Amino acid sequence: MNQTAYAMPADPAGLCTQRLAQPLSVAGTALHKLQVEDLHKRYGDHEVLKGVSLNASSGDVISLIGTSGSGKSTLLRCINFLEQPDAGRITLDGRTIALRQTRGGTTVADKAQLQGLRTRLAMVFQHFNLWSHMSVLDNISMAPRQVLGVPAREASERARAYLDKVGLPARVAEQYPAFLSGGQQQRVAIARALAMEPEIILFDEPTSALDPELVGEVLKVIQTLAEEGRTMIMVTHEMGFARQVSSQVLFLHQGRVEEQGSAQILDHPASERLQQFLSNRLK
Amino acid sequence: MNDLLHSFGLPVLDLQGFGPLLLQGIWMTLKLALLSMLLSIALGLFGACVKLAPLRWLRLLGAGYTTLIRGVPDLVLILLIFYSLQTWLNELTDLLGWDYLEIDPFSAGVATLGFIYGAYFTETFRGAILSVPRGQLEAATAYGLGPLKRFRLVLFPQMMRFALPGLGNNWLVLLKATALVSIIGLSDLVKAAQNAGKTTNDPLYFLVLAAVVYLLITSLSNLVLRRLERRYNTGIKGGLLP
Repeated sequence: MNQTAYAMPADPAGLCTQRLAQPLSVAGTALHKLQVEDLHKRYGDHEVLKGVSLNASSGDVISLIGTSGSGKSTLLRCINFLEQPDAGRITLDGRTIALRQTRGGTTVADKAQLQGLRTRLAMVFQHFNLWSHMSVLDNISMAPRQVLGVPAREASERARAYLDKVGLPARVAEQYPAFLSGGQQQRVAIARALAMEPEIILFDEPTSALDPELVGEVLKVIQTLAEEGRTMIMVTHEMGFARQVSSQVLFLHQGRVEEQGSAQILDHPASERLQQFLSNRLK
Repeated sequence: MNDLLHSFGLPVLDLQGFGPLLLQGIWMTLKLALLSMLLSIALGLFGACVKLAPLRWLRLLGAGYTTLIRGVPDLVLILLIFYSLQTWLNELTDLLGWDYLEIDPFSAGVATLGFIYGAYFTETFRGAILSVPRGQLEAATAYGLGPLKRFRLVLFPQMMRFALPGLGNNWLVLLKATALVSIIGLSDLVKAAQNAGKTTNDPLYFLVLAAVVYLLITSLSNLVLRRLERRYNTGIKGGLLP
């Protein structure tokens, strides 16, 4: 099995970074928790990501914004390999996920490494994707039990604790997801993510499928997590919220990062595209 | 009730000494049906996965199986498989210089029925798998569950809800199709009823009796199915009420 990391041919510098397996200091800056370098993804003839890079340090809250079709969701889904990137490099805590070229496309060379990566990145989906045949408690405790090997009782206790943390009453634990409101379901989904005690939480438009009056309760939970210093990457359409919580904002346009910086760029966009995007959204 | 039966010229529950034979027939029918069902469910799950595989040649293989089996009458297939299997086996043992090996009719019956109904189950399960929302499996993948756990903990319990109506259907048809194996020499319920009817010169009585037994088994299965449906409907809004 070819286990060498896939690197873009013209990127020898990247290889050097990869050799530093431990989170050392490089040229005075702490090594990033998560590094995404030059990610490419295409569906047939359509190139969705044309070389996107992103660096997340511990405690960062990164908002990905852009019009639909700009590639922001694809980028997020490439980070935990729900979509296979065609080229590029993803490094978590100094360890690069080795990619392998096969006839069918690019795949992760080491399945165990991929599994390991996924246990450290928890995801919250736009449509919640809670397992409909399981009670709320089972939804939250299943992955810790089955994937991390947490004993059943401890997993249940953990689940109840996180349920409380996202502001849901204890009685919800025995209920099934379909009988909860959208806002409650999404909070359960956040509790499910937290129960994995992940290093990074990925949010894929967490409030886009919610009725407007339910958006607030979910954003409040996410804001609490941001204040706790959790590392999060979030695709969002909530500009006001992004401005409030983000340490970095990336504006994607047609598969490229058009502009990036602190939340300030939302107030003072430099590029014309971002100005346009923001003014279209102000209503 | 007895009077009613008498008016049709039917003696009431007088098995005329054929009770043990009929019981053996019922037992044979049940054994055949249950074992073939297990085999066909296994084949069906496998076939469904093959038909949904990303590899083209696997999909074609699956399509060949379901098209061929579902397109030819069960009876023809049973005769074909049973007799041709024996012929092939004879040729093979001759070739290798081994002793004559006889396929025992029971295993042949189970294998044949399982193979035939596996094709129907393949389609039942394929449809059921496709009905499970993508996001359910995606979440399982994202949370680090491997393929086997994804299947056992998420896909299987969710697909069963969609598979059960078809599964119940297939089971009923399969149960009745076991009667076909009497032609390869197995004394199932129908065969036993026929024998009893011939000997006692009262074929109608024993055939009606056989029909009633089938009806009893199918009614019982319906109860079990309802229970299973209720179980796999947990958590579904507007599903079957408990």
